[in-house]
Amino acid sequence: MKKISTTSRILMAFASLAIIAAYFFPVWRIDLFAPQYPEGLVMKIWLNKLTGDVDVINGLNHYIGMKKISVEMFPELTFLVYLVAGFIAFGLAVSITGSSKLLLGYLLTSALGGVIAMYDFYQWGYDYGHNLDPTAPIKVPDMGYQPPLLGHKKLLNFDAYSMPDVGGYIVIGAVVIAFAIWVYEYRKSK
Amino acid sequence: MSTKLNNYLTILTAMGLLAVIANGCKPKNVSSATSGDGAEKAYVAPGKYDEFYNFVSGGFSGQMSVYGLPSGRLFRVIPVFSVDPEKGYGYSEESKPMLNTSHGFVPWDDLHHIALSETDGIHDGRWAFANGNNTPRIARVDLKTFRTAEIIEIPNSAGNHSSPFITENSEYVIAGTRFSVPMGSNTDVPISTYKQNFKGTVSFISVDKNNGAMSIAFQVLLPGVNFDLARAGKGKSHGWMFFSCYNSERANTLLEVNSSQKDKDFIMAVNWKKAEEYLAQGKGQKQTVAYAHNVYNEKTHSATSTIERTVTVLDPKDCPDMVYLMPCPKSPHGCDTDPTGEYIVGSGKLAAVIPVFSFTKFQKAIADKTFDGDYEGLPVLKYDAVLHGEVKKPGLGPLHTEFDANGNAYTSFFVSSEVVKWRISDLQVLDRVPTYYSVGHLCVPGGPTKKPWGKYMIAYNKITKDRYLPTGPELTQSAQLFDISGDKMKLILDFPTIGEPHYAEAIPADLISKNSTKIYKIEENENPYAAKGEKEAKVERKGNEVHVYMTSIRSHFVPDNIEGVKLGDVVYFHVTNLEQDWDVPHGFAVKGANNAELLIMPGETQTLAWKPDRTGVFPMYCTDFCSALHQEMQGYIRVSPASANVPLTFSTNKAPESAK
Repeated sequence: MKKISTTSRILMAFASLAIIAAYFFPVWRIDLFAPQYPEGLVMKIWLNKLTGDVDVINGLNHYIGMKKISVEMFPELTFLVYLVAGFIAFGLAVSITGSSKLLLGYLLTSALGGVIAMYDFYQWGYDYGHNLDPTAPIKVPDMGYQPPLLGHKKLLNFDAYSMPDVGGYIVIGAVVIAFAIWVYEYRKSK
Repeated sequence: MSTKLNNYLTILTAMGLLAVIANGCKPKNVSSATSGDGAEKAYVAPGKYDEFYNFVSGGFSGQMSVYGLPSGRLFRVIPVFSVDPEKGYGYSEESKPMLNTSHGFVPWDDLHHIALSETDGIHDGRWAFANGNNTPRIARVDLKTFRTAEIIEIPNSAGNHSSPFITENSEYVIAGTRFSVPMGSNTDVPISTYKQNFKGTVSFISVDKNNGAMSIAFQVLLPGVNFDLARAGKGKSHGWMFFSCYNSERANTLLEVNSSQKDKDFIMAVNWKKAEEYLAQGKGQKQTVAYAHNVYNEKTHSATSTIERTVTVLDPKDCPDMVYLMPCPKSPHGCDTDPTGEYIVGSGKLAAVIPVFSFTKFQKAIADKTFDGDYEGLPVLKYDAVLHGEVKKPGLGPLHTEFDANGNAYTSFFVSSEVVKWRISDLQVLDRVPTYYSVGHLCVPGGPTKKPWGKYMIAYNKITKDRYLPTGPELTQSAQLFDISGDKMKLILDFPTIGEPHYAEAIPADLISKNSTKIYKIEENENPYAAKGEKEAKVERKGNEVHVYMTSIRSHFVPDNIEGVKLGDVVYFHVTNLEQDWDVPHGFAVKGANNAELLIMPGETQTLAWKPDRTGVFPMYCTDFCSALHQEMQGYIRVSPASANVPLTFSTNKAPESAK
């Protein structure tokens, strides 16, 4: 395949640079609603920190023996900023070289990265929801409290929702643009 | 027929006729006085918010209650001048100084009037002021927290009834003494020397426009009459304060007769802008007095009480053009200024008319010196020269007047138990409705301001008799809500109130609700005894004081096992609520405490002092149902004999460790 068009290269640069926003917005959020919390509780996950009602959530979750959520619980938060920086650099490299092979590599890396991220998140959720303190005051037989990977799940009196936040949507948007560029270039080359 | 029989027949016929008439005159069934759609108009569906907050004085309960309108639902009783064991107010070490006075700790008062803060003559939703009648005080309630933030005692005063009525930019709240009293260094005088020795004062208490802090700016020394109620001028009359005065006879006994002799008493007008000038010129006399000034600090979660020693007094003799008197019929009670500031309505309790004074005429009379002599050196203006007109035959026993935004006034009549709506411009009576029974104050939302919000009028009654299920000799006090959006006033709801309601104010809900505090931030807690995390919890001995730095969070205390306390110790439980979540207070109580509970808001620290009276193990627990495991939120404290060697230890869920 030959080099991709100038328009595609500009779009690619734009998409890559847009990901910088992920440093200024949370990438993922978990919302919890209960009869006593009609206004909801939220935990926002950033590339390097957690914000929102984490202390309140911890306070409530100790009844069922869940671990205290803290930044230390997520080693990922120490290196995600560099991974994302590398990803931006990769995207810019595609734009600068205009190599369609590199573009394909970028897409495959994105897909793989996405799968690994979700698997990692699932692993954390599984551990968090199942590895409970045996002395917890409330024990419900066979009940796990794994938060939903994506979407909604009912956990005792809470409705939990897990979904991307602003930063996450921007990353997804950037990858979608890259994919669209690849499709466009692929069809043009036929 | 004999004349005698004829006479009998006449009498019988007359009696029969009387019986028919009397029957026909029987009051209508009370329910017929309520309009058909009343329930609908006062109905606020479950989960829906009310349109207005109604801040209602609690009278002899000493507290302020908060209702929603139009539902009449009670939201909160704010402790102000009386202790409140439910909230630990006046019982916790932190709140005790709020009730300090120059007489020491006074745990009760009689709260009569509410004044909501204003900017440009319009409610701004920042503070509610209230007067303490018995031991003269003014309190400021913070409407972010719905808590009493400050209380200032008023010296040279007795019976702070003419208070706290506020000026249009909250420059001042005022305090007119109901009782005149002997003042100065020798107050031990025969009561019969009233006319020589007894004086009255009105105090102007400045309000800091940024933080609400109160300070007595000056007092005006006045003849020994009784000051009853007051209102600030507004708009064109801004800069003046109007006070109703009775007992110009200056009687000191059997006032119901002896102070009702003169045909006219007075509405007193004080030009406080002029007073400020005199004050700046140094015309004020500094007097040595003693009064308490109590301030609650939201960061330390504690009150401090300071005894202040001086007050500046202005004597009208040295300050011409500062005080004028307007004659007002028969012991005026209410003294209310309309939204334009042009009209001042005096309500002579025993008068057959309602006089309405004109501020424009008042100014002209001063300029033209249309005087009718003087009273104790104060110039008295001619009644006719200042009068806009009189409302004729309005009812019996006029007390208080509120206003709507359409030029109408609403006056309560205690004796004839009714509210009369009349038009200010032509003084015509437009409508009247009965109240059940013996109405005192009225409240129209924004009624005392330049911008009445209108829509409703609430009557606060003194007698309820047959209106509610009986509860023994003492019956509930009550409020009655009227819809005033149409031409006719319509009764739409009765609701009971706490204590005895006097004046009340109502304000659109969103002026307050959006600023409401949800939690205190734990990192901003500056209480010296705070434990801002379970790691900071500890127990320390200082002589015979044992200080427990305790934390509470759903659903445990740290520490919850304490040993080593000895008989003769005083234990201070400093409990910090570690929650940072709205509506999760924790309570604290310990068996046998000659005290109350603590109720600790998220992020707050409060202290309960406990002097054990016997040895043993005492339970302590959380009193506010905080969580599913609230009933498990408990602990023990062991008290040993004074001679015992039990070491001071404390723990939660671990082997006891030695305390420092």
